[in-house]
Amino acid sequence: MTVGGRVRVRRLPDAGLQASGRPKVAVTAPTRLRPQVLGGAALVAAAAAVLGLTVGPTSIDPLDALREVASRLPWSPVESSLASTEAAIVWEIRLPRVVLALLVGGVLALSGGAYQGVFRNPLADPYLLGVAAGAGLGATLAIAAGASGGSGALDLVPVAAFAGALAAVMLTYALGAAGDRRRSPASLLLAGVAIASLLTAVQTFVQQRENELIREVYSWILGRLTTASWSDVALVLPYAALTSAVMLRHRRLLDVLSVGDQEAATLGLPVERVRLVVVVAASLGTAAVVSVSGLIGFVGIIVPHTIRLLGGASYRVILPVSLLLGGAFLTVADVLARTALSPAEVPIGVVTALVGAPFFALVLRTRRLVPT
Amino acid sequence: MPTPTRTTIATLSLGLAAALLAGCGSDEGMATSPTSSPAAPAAASGTFPVEITTAAGTFTVAARPVRIVSLAPTATEMLFAIGAGEQVVAVDDQSNFPPEAPRTDLSGFTPNLEAIVGHRPDLVVVTDSAREVAGGLEQFDIPTAVLPAAVEFEDTYAQLEQLGAATGHVAEAAGLVARMQSDIAALAAEVPKRDEPLTYYHELDPTFFTATSRTFIGAVYEVAGLRNIADTAGGAGDYPQLSSEAIVRADPDLIFLADTKCCQQTADSVATRPGWSTISAVRSGSVVALDDDVASRWGPRVVDLLRQVIAAVKAVPQPAAVGAGAG
Repeated sequence: MTVGGRVRVRRLPDAGLQASGRPKVAVTAPTRLRPQVLGGAALVAAAAAVLGLTVGPTSIDPLDALREVASRLPWSPVESSLASTEAAIVWEIRLPRVVLALLVGGVLALSGGAYQGVFRNPLADPYLLGVAAGAGLGATLAIAAGASGGSGALDLVPVAAFAGALAAVMLTYALGAAGDRRRSPASLLLAGVAIASLLTAVQTFVQQRENELIREVYSWILGRLTTASWSDVALVLPYAALTSAVMLRHRRLLDVLSVGDQEAATLGLPVERVRLVVVVAASLGTAAVVSVSGLIGFVGIIVPHTIRLLGGASYRVILPVSLLLGGAFLTVADVLARTALSPAEVPIGVVTALVGAPFFALVLRTRRLVPT
Repeated sequence: MPTPTRTTIATLSLGLAAALLAGCGSDEGMATSPTSSPAAPAAASGTFPVEITTAAGTFTVAARPVRIVSLAPTATEMLFAIGAGEQVVAVDDQSNFPPEAPRTDLSGFTPNLEAIVGHRPDLVVVTDSAREVAGGLEQFDIPTAVLPAAVEFEDTYAQLEQLGAATGHVAEAAGLVARMQSDIAALAAEVPKRDEPLTYYHELDPTFFTATSRTFIGAVYEVAGLRNIADTAGGAGDYPQLSSEAIVRADPDLIFLADTKCCQQTADSVATRPGWSTISAVRSGSVVALDDDVASRWGPRVVDLLRQVIAAVKAVPQPAAVGAGAG
């Protein structure tokens, strides 16, 4: 994957813009986000949420499930018709899980799209700069220290994962600067590869020494929404909202950046500053969501690429739609994860990768057909 | 997991004696060792050389071992329980029982051949997860007993007898097996009769990994007359990860926590999980904190585990008392 990534770095600017042409296109082509598109994506996300709420190992009447949620809203006139067990399943287990899947999927897809923009690399994903390895190491250390408590407030695993992810990105940035003052995309990518390998090695070392914890570490690494609770949602929501807003604000600038660093600079874009701000926002958002969900792969790659395939070449379309469709994708993947082997769970990372890998091959094939 | 093959203790008459004492092992195949002579000064202390067949293979012990290395916590507990503790010179880093076991930093998960050989053992005991090390030890002519994880009580009894024969504690091993069998039978008799069996959830970690009734721990609960809520997750193997929703829905009468040491789970932390306060076990106070170690080993302390389980079963109120009967 690394090798492919390096090869692709050069080619992408053309691939991204092939439909139209050179600089001007990025700012003039039919790139405006039409309300119908945004509305459609929002509808898909809402449909996924309803699906996630009404489908599960327990058969609960979909209407009753929706009434239960409606009855919990402030000043709601709706009365719930569910017994206490079913009510608890809908409100305390399914709904936080759906909300968390929407947040996690949305932020991962949005960050993936943003990374692809700043690095002009179609293989870029939110874990590019070592976020995954850092979060994995942080989580493993916390689990090894016995910090995995029951209730959300006392659980140090998300905090440690978050700290690990941020530390990894900072290390990558420092290392990237050491090799190349201007922090060119290529040197950052290489630094990310080095830091990710290093931290993964340390994580594996710790895990090998604490064998009895392997099951829990493994379950974290493959992604888990199994223990999703409202406290997880509360933990992630502020970061997700803030970082998403920052990334979305930069969607136009990513379009300008897609013509290349030098060209963008001649157009008056402060290239390095834009790259730094977007990378920090995407990394922070990713770190926050993986801290509660574990390492869920492929969402950040397949969602933005699907949108490109469906005709959105501009980041003004890709980013907002990624946020919505990413959330929808992960919510549906989670429905599969908890129903495929019900009452057992399939790790959600397995589901997203099973869908993601063949899709990824398809994207690559389609790209190759395009003359560059 | 496949049922292990029947054990063959290939010694002279003492094998037969052990089987008779054990009472249950009488169907075990007997074979005569081609080399040993029927001198047997004391059958109880064993005859050497002895060839022993376990579920994982055959090994030969030339003389009564006096430098035993155990790389499995269960094996360590068994060795000490049959009186071979004095012959043990080193145990792995996870062997924390009994306390007098000579614990070292040897690893049973990632065994280091050189470190093991450094203890100059004349018998090494491992589980099947470290099976490959047996081949390495063979080069040094060190006999290695590979004892796979048990899936039923018979496996535990067989392994105790195998270790008894390998260490020269045949009678003690047979006595322990007989004692375990009578204790378990007595405990089983205490289980109150119910029309509808109680259901249980056995928790391995706080992400809801569990074990089905097709495992050794499942066999323990079977003696207590319990029904496992994870058995419907058969498609996901013997150690599936359940969804929280499925557990709440299954509404187990008893919850057993085997993650109290690793992950600090308690009845209180379980009660605060989203939606779990509706579960019968939580409402009736039938969330039982087990010792992670005892609940994950198949040694002699399984009797203590069963005692704790049955005490909890007896404490569950009779159906009428606990509101809505769960199905």
